[in-house]
Amino acid sequence: MATPIIVARDLAKDYVMGGHVVHALRGVSATIDEGDFVAVMGPSGSGKSTFMNLVGCLDRPTGGSYVLAGEEVAKLNGDQLAALRNRRIGFVFQSFHLLPRADALSNVELPMVYGGIARRQRHEKAMKALTRVGLADRYHHRPNQLSGGQQQRVAIARALVNDPSLILADEPTGALDSRTSLEIMALFQELNRGGMSVVMVTHEPDVAQFARRVLRFRDGRLIEDHRQTPADAAQMLAREPAEQEAA
Amino acid sequence: MSYVEALRSALDALRANVLRSILTMLGIIIGVASVVAMVAVGSGARQRVIEQINVLGSNIIMIQSGSVTSGGVRMGSGSRQTLTEDDAVALEREVPSVQVAVPTVRGTVQIVAGGLNWSTAAIGTTPTYFEARDWELSAGRPFTAEDITGAAKVVILGETVSTNLFPEGNPVGQEVRIKNVPFTVVGVLARKGQSMQGWDLDDTLLIPITTAKNRVMGTTLSKARTIGSMIVKVRDGESSADAEAAMRELLRQRHRLLANQEDDFQIRNLTEIAATRDASSRTLAFLLAAVATVSLVVGGIGIMNIMLVSVTERTREIGLRLAVGARPRDIRTQFLIEATTLATIGGAIGVVLGGAGAILAATWAGWPTLIQLDSIILAVTFSFAVGVFFGFYPAQRASRLDPIEALRTE
Repeated sequence: MATPIIVARDLAKDYVMGGHVVHALRGVSATIDEGDFVAVMGPSGSGKSTFMNLVGCLDRPTGGSYVLAGEEVAKLNGDQLAALRNRRIGFVFQSFHLLPRADALSNVELPMVYGGIARRQRHEKAMKALTRVGLADRYHHRPNQLSGGQQQRVAIARALVNDPSLILADEPTGALDSRTSLEIMALFQELNRGGMSVVMVTHEPDVAQFARRVLRFRDGRLIEDHRQTPADAAQMLAREPAEQEAA
Repeated sequence: MSYVEALRSALDALRANVLRSILTMLGIIIGVASVVAMVAVGSGARQRVIEQINVLGSNIIMIQSGSVTSGGVRMGSGSRQTLTEDDAVALEREVPSVQVAVPTVRGTVQIVAGGLNWSTAAIGTTPTYFEARDWELSAGRPFTAEDITGAAKVVILGETVSTNLFPEGNPVGQEVRIKNVPFTVVGVLARKGQSMQGWDLDDTLLIPITTAKNRVMGTTLSKARTIGSMIVKVRDGESSADAEAAMRELLRQRHRLLANQEDDFQIRNLTEIAATRDASSRTLAFLLAAVATVSLVVGGIGIMNIMLVSVTERTREIGLRLAVGARPRDIRTQFLIEATTLATIGGAIGVVLGGAGAILAATWAGWPTLIQLDSIILAVTFSFAVGVFFGFYPAQRASRLDPIEALRTE
């Protein structure tokens, strides 16, 4: 558990917007160990999204250094960043971002298409990932034939399929009802217990309670970093049907 | 991403919106269909011209005796017998590009066989006539040298004459009368069809030139050796225009014409006439192809338009693909292949429709059409190129999208 997967030092990001320089991130240092489950919180404009984009290698910092799994990201060119994203990071988005025309299996295969993995092997690995999220029987369904929770599970299977170092989830429950949110959080916790590192952006304390560690941002700075005993989503889920019947 | 993957995803994208894909392809379809159909019509017309040249006999030059002016009335070609058989012999011997020079005399005769009779053009000629005209016999034998020297009373019938006089067939060996002179039919010419002007070339008969002069048309000939016209065949690969000039010079010399005197003969270079027609039909085909090319370019602009719309609509998808590891060039390849696939499928459909159109034009309107393989290859290659050219800008635009912005798009 002691191996750091993310080492950010004095990470800064400035934008030029309409002639003004916007300091989105003003020097953030943080280390995230392998196998951790981190919630990144903060109001909008706090810099948490910019932090996530940098962590996700979607963007390059304008200052400081960022080492992901031993690689200094600031030195990489566009193609190398793409390869790093492909290999190291599994993205989960608020609005799922599934390809509407492709079935669940093809959606899960997508990262492997860019990873240059052969077709037969892709099928196998994608089915395995779908089995892990409990959707093996729905592999041939298109996104519009699946519920919101199921769509997010497909997206999680897609994030898992290349065996990344890190799952990066951006408001993963933002589009889901509370029960489905619990299911998704239970899935994240299960994956995390299996050793997967998870970094999750959220503004809901209800969701953040399932993380082991919370980073709080404000005005482009990290203002709080604390560890907590996570709530158990699976247990809460077990109680939930009873409550619903009572109501 | 491999090209196969890109092609598969392109086909998926095109299937997702079939109507739009077809409408987008329509410009290319119409462009290619018109290229294929118009080239087919154009080359069909050329083919017909070439066939007509072959009907005439290739590399043929006709030389006719000059005209007589009598009291201000010009009598027309051949009214004065200026050419002689010796001219023909001289042309054959002294102009190297001449393969054969065949002397002929012509006239209209009534031919009678049993109870049937028929009026037709009689040609008195020599055995080399068949070589000059590339004309075979369907039955019997050609003339021999003895037929000429002996002024034999033998006749070779054209197909039309043969069927009119001998409806039951087998005229060879039968007796016919021409100007009350009995002749034996020794052969029948193979069918040649129509001339460029629409005349029936098979409505004719051939007799030895000596027999023609002595027995049939003798009165119209002032001197024994004079002839009405000559058919000259130029050797393959020789320029018929050069041969024409050499023959003119030789004939002027033989006829002792001064530099200020007009020719007392007329040379008609049929190959040149046919070549002119060929050139004009070629120009027509070229113009048709140019019009079709314009519609292909218009079709390409249609593809570019839809590809730009598609890039905008699929910004989220592009963002996601970039996030999961697509390189900008993968995105560019994907959209480029999509545009190219659209154009090429459109091209293929256009080939089928254009071919069908050409066949319809041939069967319904009776136009001669010839579907050219190279026009098909050219049209498909061109539509592929149109796809690449007009797909490049939208694809480039897609590949330059910022993944963060693209993911945020709703």
